[in-house]
This record gives sequence, C-alpha cells and structure tokens, in this order.
Amino acid sequence: MTHRTHPLLIVMTVLVYFFLLGPLVIIFGASVSDTTFLAFPPQGLTLHWFENIWEISAFRRTIVTSFQVAIMGTLLALLIGIPAAYALNRHRIHLPGWLSTLFILPILVPEIVIGFSLLRSVNVGLGVPVFASLLIGHTLLVLPYVVRVISAALASFDFSIEEAAISLGSHPVKTFFTIVLPNVRSGVIAAFILAFITSINDVSVSLFLTGPGISTLPIQILAHVEQFFDPTVASVSVLLMMLTIIVMIIVERTLGLTIVAK
Amino acid sequence: MKRLAGWMLSSPATLAVSLFLIIPVAATISATFTSPGGTFAPYGEFFASGFQRTVLWRTFEVAAITTVISLILGLLTAYVVSRSPPWMKSVLVILAVFPLLTGVVVRSFAWLIILGRNGVLNNTLEWLGVIERPMALLYSQTSVVIALIYIFIPLMILVLIGVLENIPDDLLQASSSLGASPTATFLQITLPLATPGLIVGAVLVFTASFTSYATPHLLGGTRQMMMGTFLHQRAMVSFDWVSASTVAAIMVVVIVTTVLVMTRIAKRLNPMAS
Repeated sequence: MTHRTHPLLIVMTVLVYFFLLGPLVIIFGASVSDTTFLAFPPQGLTLHWFENIWEISAFRRTIVTSFQVAIMGTLLALLIGIPAAYALNRHRIHLPGWLSTLFILPILVPEIVIGFSLLRSVNVGLGVPVFASLLIGHTLLVLPYVVRVISAALASFDFSIEEAAISLGSHPVKTFFTIVLPNVRSGVIAAFILAFITSINDVSVSLFLTGPGISTLPIQILAHVEQFFDPTVASVSVLLMMLTIIVMIIVERTLGLTIVAK
Repeated sequence: MKRLAGWMLSSPATLAVSLFLIIPVAATISATFTSPGGTFAPYGEFFASGFQRTVLWRTFEVAAITTVISLILGLLTAYVVSRSPPWMKSVLVILAVFPLLTGVVVRSFAWLIILGRNGVLNNTLEWLGVIERPMALLYSQTSVVIALIYIFIPLMILVLIGVLENIPDDLLQASSSLGASPTATFLQITLPLATPGLIVGAVLVFTASFTSYATPHLLGGTRQMMMGTFLHQRAMVSFDWVSASTVAAIMVVVIVTTVLVMTRIAKRLNPMAS
C-alpha cells in the first residue's frame, strides 16, 4: 500500500469490469424488450417473455429436471463425499497420497469427454436409463467441489474435541453427527450451494446424457436459441442470474464469499 | 482398525469415480486402439484429414490467444484489486465471482445479443456513423475468442488476486525503500513471485477453453468448429463413435500433458519454496 496505483491501470481495471458486467446488464435489458427478436436497448417494456417461459412446456419440463438432478446429484455427492473428506483429514496417514487426487479427477478430465464416455459405457453399454445416467454424471461432476470444500472446513476443525467425546464413551458414529458435522456445517452449506450451481449450469456433461423427453435447462436454452432467437432465452437467463444472486447472498450471510473464490 | 476405517469411509467415492469415470474414459480411449483398421488407424485417419487438422490447430490457437489476453488483462486487474482498500476489494471480488457463478450458456448467449447482425455493437456503430451496413461479427474466430476471454477471465482474476495477496508486503516496502521505482519493483519482485500463480491461471484458462463446447457452438457455429463441438458432431450427428473417441482421446492427452508439464514448471519456478 506504499505506492499509488498508476491511473492508467485503474482505467484498465474499470474497463475490464465494464467488460465483465456490461453483457449481463444487456441480457436484463433484452429480457423486457417488446419485440419478437432479441433487441437492446429494449424498444418497449414487457414482462411477456417471462410468462412465455411457463407457456413453453419444454422449458417447464427442463427446469423441473434440472432442479431434480441438481438436488439429487448434490445430495448423492455429499453422501459419498463427506465420508471421503473426513477420511482424508482424519485417517490421512493410513491412506495413499493419490487418493485425494482421485477425487479431483472429474475436474481434470474434460467434461465433454466424461459426458461422451458415460453415454458409451453407462447409458448405452450398461443400458442405464437416461435420467439415472444424467444423475450419475452430475454426481461425479460436483464431487470434487464437495470433497474440496468439506476438506477445507475439516482442516480447521480440532479433532481433539472428537477424541475427547469418544474417550468419554460416545460412539464414534454418534460423535460424528453430534460433534463433527455441526462444527463443519458452514462447509457443508457452501459445498451444497457450489455443487448445486455447478450442476444447474452444466452443459458439457449433460450434452450427451439428455435424450428425447429428458433434457436440462442449459441444453434446452441452446436448442431454443438456435430455433427462435426471441427474448424468452434472455428472461430465462435473468431468472438464472437472480438464482445466482440469491445464492451469493446466502453464501455471504452464512460464511463469506471468499470460500467460493478459493 | 483405523487403517480400515479410512479405506471404508473413502470407498464409496473411490468406487463411484472408478466405475463411472476411470473405467468409462479408459474404455473410450481403448476403443480407438481396437478398431478393425489397425491399432493406430483412427489416429492416422484423424491426422490425414486437412479439415480435422484445422479443427485441432484452431482449438490450440483459440485457447492460446484466449489464455494470453486473459493473462495480461487478468494480471493488471488483479494487481489493482489486490492493492485497493479492503471494502473495495471485497466489492470487486464479488463482482468477479458473480459472472463465474452465472452459467456458460447464459454468458455466451449475451455475446449473441452484442455481436449479432442487429446486435448492440452493430447498432451502436451504425448510430455513430462509423459503419453503414451491419457487419457479420458472429461465427468468426474473433467472436469465439472474445466470448471465451469473457467467460474465463474471472477465473484468472480470482486466482491472481489470491497469489498477489500472498506476496509479503515487507518485500515490496523493502524494494521501494531501497530506491526501486514502482515499475522496477513490479518487474523484479512482484512478477517473479507471481509466476507460479500465472502458470496456474494459464493452465485453468487454456484447458477450459480447449475443451469448451457451448461458446464455440453458439458463437462459432459449424464454420468455427473446435475439438469440443467436433466431438459432439462426430458422436451425435455422424454417429461415428470411433472417430468421436479419437477426438476425446486427443483432448485427454493434450489436457493431461499441459497440466503435468505446467505444474512441474510452476513448482520449479517457485522462489518462495526454496
């Protein structure tokens, strides 16, 4: 903080932020435009395109599917991810180093390759139905976030408290639910939210795992843009942004946004 | 007993990753070696086609340009953000996180509204009298690059803010109190210490751009096919799964090589570690 920042740098930064946020403002504008094509600035104001979302059955269906998959996928990832994160922190010395890398793999392998491979092996190969394959894909997609965020939360937990409870005769499983879990509650909330948002927005994994009748919202948006190019997609996008804002407020209230930036 | 507990607790996740990631991806890759034409036939076919070589090269080029521009703009921005007062810093971090949490489809779509024939940019330029007729901006390599920079630059900014904040303030103060100009301090202290972070940011942006689907699909169309859109086209339009698997395998090799090489370089370059 000893030097003043050069004015030119500040101008550049303002421009970058304008670049970051301008397009999102434009979507807001286009979503209320009184035209049948996408326009900005809006010609006249209307909320018709928001109504239109509910009138188009494909949007209704895919919104429901997206929420089902995101919630169920996230819960499944928590179910297998929490014990894994706990084991990585509590029993690290007994576990090989590559195990933590294993849980990061779904981030390392290109999403589109994961999607295609699941289609080949699980959906077509094993005959697993479309919805179940989609759920498997999303569980896998969000698992790394769950394991990392909960590991971070457990890393700052003092395990001697758990030891004390066990040595006083509390059952290890009961101790986990009454002592450990409540202490890392904020990590679990953060993991849930981050996983949910990741799943709701996913394109590349879902791309191959959606079929006739079962599709997710981002895939439906892609299909709709190609066919119609009307402001409906802008209003769906606004709804998704509002969801993001609500999520950010929840995260900020419960634990501060730095956890997302990590 | 304790040894067993660790294994048991981590086994469901291990099993899920093995069954639904490692085995399927390995099966996809091995399918390229067992094709009737011979062990490496699908790769021979891939590289024999001028069109497919173009797709691969274009993907490299787009990802590289995106990475370089994101690095430069991201570093400047992160530098200013990391040096701003605490309240402003948190506002700026929130403003960078927000686009990141907004989906790729929504953010790519925004550029359709901006770059379209009747888009914001064409309308503005016409209104200003710079151009007479709308320009065809979409479905070009430039439109894909702009949108990819837009999508991945928040990632770069956030990584670099973290890195720049970890550089001890004492070092910068020592440098300036010994008479170094702000530019000299930046070039000789800040930049070398930030290099491992720059590499991490570059790897993230490069791999994400290289494997992207929605952005090249919406803004590049079929004319600007990249590896992701090409994989989808081979698998779901041509139903040529061997060819699609070959594209997938090449992508995995490129990504894994990039990550391994760059993290090794980052480790070697880390002056804080030694």
